[in-house]
Order: sequence, then C-alpha cells, then structure tokens
Amino acid sequence: MITSRLALAAAEPEDTNPLIPHTPEIVISLIVFGLIFFLLKKLVIPAFEKAYAERTAAIEGGIEEAQAAQKEAKAALDKYNEQLAGARHEAAAIREEAKEQGAQIIAELRAQAQAEAERITSTAHAQVEAERAQVLAQLKGEVGSMATQLAGRIVGESLDDDARQKRTVERFIAELEESAN
Amino acid sequence: MTLALTAFAASAEPPSPGPKDFDLPAVFHIGEFGVTKPMLLVVLSLFVIVGLFSTMARPAAVVPGRMQFAGELVYGFVRNGIARENIGSAEFMRFVPYLFTIFLFVLVNNFYGLFPFLQFPSMSHIGYPLAIAILSWLVYNGAGIKKKGFLGYLKHETVPGGMKGPILLLLVPLEFLSNILLRPITLTLRLFATMFAGHLLLILFSLGGSYLLLHSDNSLALPAGLVSSLLAIAISFLEILIMFLQAYVFTLLSSMYIGEALADEH
Repeated sequence: MITSRLALAAAEPEDTNPLIPHTPEIVISLIVFGLIFFLLKKLVIPAFEKAYAERTAAIEGGIEEAQAAQKEAKAALDKYNEQLAGARHEAAAIREEAKEQGAQIIAELRAQAQAEAERITSTAHAQVEAERAQVLAQLKGEVGSMATQLAGRIVGESLDDDARQKRTVERFIAELEESAN
Repeated sequence: MTLALTAFAASAEPPSPGPKDFDLPAVFHIGEFGVTKPMLLVVLSLFVIVGLFSTMARPAAVVPGRMQFAGELVYGFVRNGIARENIGSAEFMRFVPYLFTIFLFVLVNNFYGLFPFLQFPSMSHIGYPLAIAILSWLVYNGAGIKKKGFLGYLKHETVPGGMKGPILLLLVPLEFLSNILLRPITLTLRLFATMFAGHLLLILFSLGGSYLLLHSDNSLALPAGLVSSLLAIAISFLEILIMFLQAYVFTLLSSMYIGEALADEH
C-alpha cells in the first residue's frame, strides 16, 4: 500500500484537491447505503424488535403471573384462617356440650342408683317382714301346742279337746303377741 | 513493510505525506472506469454489516446469546440512546432503520483505517460522507415538510420562537443559512476532515518513523524515529476513539435535526 502510494507520488507529483468529491463515489455511497438500509430494515431490525417485544411480554407476563399467584395464596390463607377459626369455635361448642352431657349423665346415674338402692332396701324390708310373719305364725302354732302340752303335764290331765281351754290358750298367745310387738 | 523499505532504499528521499496520498490508483478497470480501493471497501462494508448483523439478529431469542447480545447492544444504543432521546418516543421508530444504517455504515468505513491490509478510512474521501449528509438533509427536511407543510416547516426552521419586528430581517436569513443550507456541509466536512487528518497523521508518523530509523544519517534520527513510531501507535489508539465518535456524532446530529424538524415549538 505504502509502496503504491509512493509510486503514485513519484509518478504524479501534482497535488489533488481532497475537497472535490468524485461523482462515482457519491453514487456508490448512495447505492451501498441504500442496500444496507434495505437489508437491515428487512432482516435485522424486525428480529431485534421481535426479541425486545417478546422479552417485554415475558417480563410483564411474569410479573402478572406472580401477582396472581400472590393473590391466590392470600385467598387460600384467608380461607384456611377462616376454617381454622370455625373449627376452633366448633370444638369449643362440642366441649361445652360434652361437659353438659356428662353432668346430666352423672345426675341421671345418681338418681337411678338411688332409686335402685331404695328399691333393694324396700324389697329387703318386705322380705324380712314376710319371713318374720311366717316365723311368727309358725311359732304361734307351735308355741300353742307346746304350752298346752306343758300345762297338761303340769295339771295332769288332757285339756286338748276342751273348748274353753282352747280359748284361754288363744287369749294367752294374743297377749304374748301384743307383748312381743 | 519490506516492499516499502525497498522503495525507500531505492529513493532514499524523505517522505512527504499529503493529500496526494489519498489519491489511490485504480485497483482494476471495468472498461474506462477505474475501481479504487475505497470503492471496494465501501462495497465490502455492505457484506460486513449485513452479514454480521443478520447473524447476530437471527436467533431473536428472549434470552440472547453472546452474539445477539452484542448486536442488541449496538442496536439499543442507536435506537434508545440516540433516536428515542432526540426524536421522542412518539415518532422515533420510523427513523431507527435510517439512523442505524448511518451509524454502522460510518463506523465500519471509519474502522477500515485501522485494520491491517485494509488500512484506509473510506470516509476520508469526501464523496462518501457527502452522500450520507445529502440523505440526512433530505430526510430531516422531508420529515418536517410532511408534518408541517412547506411554508409551515420553513417558518418553523427559520423564525425563532418569541421574536418579532425588524430583528427578523436579520435572524431569518441566518437561521435559514444555519438550519437549512449549512447542515449537510458541516456534516460532510466534520466527518471527512477528521478521517482525512487522522489518516494523514498516521501516514506521517509511521513513514517518518521508519525513514528516520532506517535511512537517515542524522545523529538525532534514532531518538526522533523512536518517538515518531511510538506516536504512530498512540495516534492509532486515539483514532479508535475518534472513529467511533465521528460515527456517533453523525448519527446523533442527524437524529437531532430530525427531532428539531418534527418538534412542536422551539
């Protein structure tokens, strides 16, 4: 390059004015510029703009998605809190009810037991009374005959079929009964 | 470099870089028409830009790979950093392809100046920046006229807000000159001149350095040659920055002109 320049300088020593434009250079410049402009506009800029637009959309979409997710999460949290509060309330109510029911059951059982006890006691009384009456009746007969026998032995004669004596014995037993009672 | 050295050895004259160094001979001829290196470089930029960016943009993935990320960085810089800032979010998308093309076209053609073997910023030939500057002029004036009508746009660009009376006789021609006539010229000259001067500096210090180190008999030639060579490297780094800045400035100014033409009030 330098050689050619020097050779040129040696061959054509006259100075050229660099401020005078050459028409072919202007024309070439315009043509090349136009071609570059056209090709960049058709091939390059749409691709860059597409990437920009998609990137913007992706970022905005991401933000929107995140906001939606946050909203959803908050709604779920609220719902759970509400449910939890409801459950707590319900549990308290159940506990209260159970307490009441327990008290009621205890009272009922107590009443039942008392009634049973009373029933058992009265049955026992009745039984004892009946047995006593039975024993008393039995004794009444036996004591009569034994006393008559005893009196016969003491008197020395049989008093068995004497009606008057029988009345005396009965009266005696009635007296005995009264004193026993 | 060896070829250059033999050339020096043969001539052994101190190099004198100048505008003639930008007037390269035709690489080959098509009929009478000589095809020069900057022409080839400009055509090459078409393949570099479109090839590179269509590769980077093709995945169009939501999660970009490295290539797509790099492409989006550049595209986002022009789209959001330049176009939207200066034109406003309502109307900027229409102009993004145009501004993106300017940025890449100027950037790649500037960076040629530092690539080994290519080593020539095509924008240092005034015809190339002039073409883009004319396009920008058409675009911003066209956008303004389309929005406000011819006279409405002319008034918008030439009558400063809040001014009344005879002062307008002075202001209107000045505003017309600066806002309508001179803008394409300043756009062209700014880009052309920085690329031209930068490349000239690189030629000066690299040729000067090698001449001083290899062919001069002067006793100061060695240190001077070393400094010159180091400067050539330092200026290369500076050029990286300038090449980017010029592409940025050209795009930025184009978008500012469009934004101004579309603005509701001054």
